[in-house]
Amino acid sequence: MTVPALAQRRGVREAGTAPSAHRWRQDLTGWAFAAPFVILFGIFLAFPILASFALSFTSFGLRDLQNPIGTNFVALDNYARVLADTRFWSALFNTAYFVMVGVPLTLAIGLLIATALNRGITRFRTAFRVGYYLPVITSIVAIAVVWRFLLNPEEGLLNMLLAGIGVRGPSWLGDPTFAMPSIIAMAVWRNLGFAMVVFLAGLQAIPSELYEAGSIDGTSRWQAFRYITIPMLRPTILFMVVITTIGYLQLFEEPFVMTDGGPLDKTLSVTMYMYQQAFRFFHQGYASAIAYILFVIVAIVAFLQFKFLRSDV
Amino acid sequence: MRAAARSMPRVATRGKPGQRAAVWIYVLLVGGLLLMVGPFLWMVLGSIKPEADFLKSPPTFWPSQPTTDNFGRLFDQLDFPRYFFNSSLIAFIVTAGNLIFCPMLGYALAKLRWRGKGLVMAVVLATLMVPAGVTLIPNFILMSNLGLVNTYPGLILPFLAGPFGVFLMRQFMLGVPNELLEAARIDGANEFRIFWTVVMPLATPVLATLGILTFLGNWNSFIYPLVMAQEPNMYTLPVALATFATGQYQADHGMLMAGSVILVLPVLIVFILFQRWITEGIATTGLKG
Repeated sequence: MTVPALAQRRGVREAGTAPSAHRWRQDLTGWAFAAPFVILFGIFLAFPILASFALSFTSFGLRDLQNPIGTNFVALDNYARVLADTRFWSALFNTAYFVMVGVPLTLAIGLLIATALNRGITRFRTAFRVGYYLPVITSIVAIAVVWRFLLNPEEGLLNMLLAGIGVRGPSWLGDPTFAMPSIIAMAVWRNLGFAMVVFLAGLQAIPSELYEAGSIDGTSRWQAFRYITIPMLRPTILFMVVITTIGYLQLFEEPFVMTDGGPLDKTLSVTMYMYQQAFRFFHQGYASAIAYILFVIVAIVAFLQFKFLRSDV
Repeated sequence: MRAAARSMPRVATRGKPGQRAAVWIYVLLVGGLLLMVGPFLWMVLGSIKPEADFLKSPPTFWPSQPTTDNFGRLFDQLDFPRYFFNSSLIAFIVTAGNLIFCPMLGYALAKLRWRGKGLVMAVVLATLMVPAGVTLIPNFILMSNLGLVNTYPGLILPFLAGPFGVFLMRQFMLGVPNELLEAARIDGANEFRIFWTVVMPLATPVLATLGILTFLGNWNSFIYPLVMAQEPNMYTLPVALATFATGQYQADHGMLMAGSVILVLPVLIVFILFQRWITEGIATTGLKG
């Protein structure tokens, strides 16, 4: 903190020791600016986060909708049942599979494209950037609808192209083995543009002197990438790992539109299972416990990633 | 950004082996670009294909006879103009709300002194990471009891004040020089005047980024309107498309492709007009669109 700032701070503290109309006016102005946001935020975001926690200890169901206070307290019953629920475990396994394969692929391809755009080429940069970014801003629902047809075993473009080279493609979304990899491929395709844009900004912030020094020392392209680019990009990579993981843990739209969680629950995600419990079976208490377990998983994963990826420098 | 690009080492592209490398980079990038754009092309072509084209074996890539029938059916048999209106109305109001409420709080957090500031900031930033599923069920119960399920307020209110916007605006406000605000205060302007006449005009580029990202995010949002819009008259475009794609029209290729085009086209136009705001705004703030 700079000296004037400290002085200013001390000044305020002195003013605060005596009851002062000025201080009250400052508080009032601050809260006047904050009030519209804080009220909306409090009612529709902060309160629901707490309410969801409370709901997870109740047997809240359809008949409690008109009288939420009258629902029954069941202590940890929902959590115990969730942890014994085989469908929950397969949803968790599928979500973990999606994250652990999807996140590294998305970031690796995003970094590859960003590196290619940053070095080597000088023309059509904007066209490439726009093209790769396009799916990121497009509705997942629209993309999922289009990809469902692309992957259609009889009428889809992919199997049509495969037939052209004499390969008979499988029923991508109907086959328990291929369904999740197909959804991962689609998610990577949709999100790599976001990674590309963020990595591109990170790459352009690396001082070119580092590469010049490297080339004087005779480093190869790969060595420059490995020993200059990657270490310099570490904060950006950490940020992208955390953001992408948090997003991917909440997988929902893709299986909702493309597979409805099938075949054989192989693409059922945690959020989708929560949605089914809450709005198909109307077990809101049970679903809230699932939502909170996901919340805790997101928090733990983000914390661990910060801890381990950062200390790795 | 451009200056940085120009100063990048060109060593690699100068020599002959380097030139070969550049050719490979172009091949890689163009190949990748085809994969990125391909599904969009397939969507647009599909939307103007007559039904017969989908039944052919093997299927055709180009439409045998381009037609607007698919779009016609969206408007005649289904109520797509209504869904389009719902999506637009909700996205516009939500964007307007965020463009007013987020900078106000951002300014108070960055430039004003008031008791409770630290707490408000900590709570708002802590919710950045909360999964959307966590607030979904209580909001549904709340809206049911307020009688707001299947209404515009029910679809709009929870999104008028988003924590991302506060984070973004606060970061920007911190960079506004204090001298500028002091000068205005000495001239006798109160904080609201300073905010409207000094700070907001300076913030135009950040507001543009926030506005575009909020609009796109809301236009594409799905799980919340899926729960809250229970009757077709309140469907947004993504909810309508997903409902028809998983329901009685699931085999109607042409119509679903046309519906996807209607959902994607406005976003495409916004993106092409403002792509610089979006990609640079995201690169500097790390915000997700």
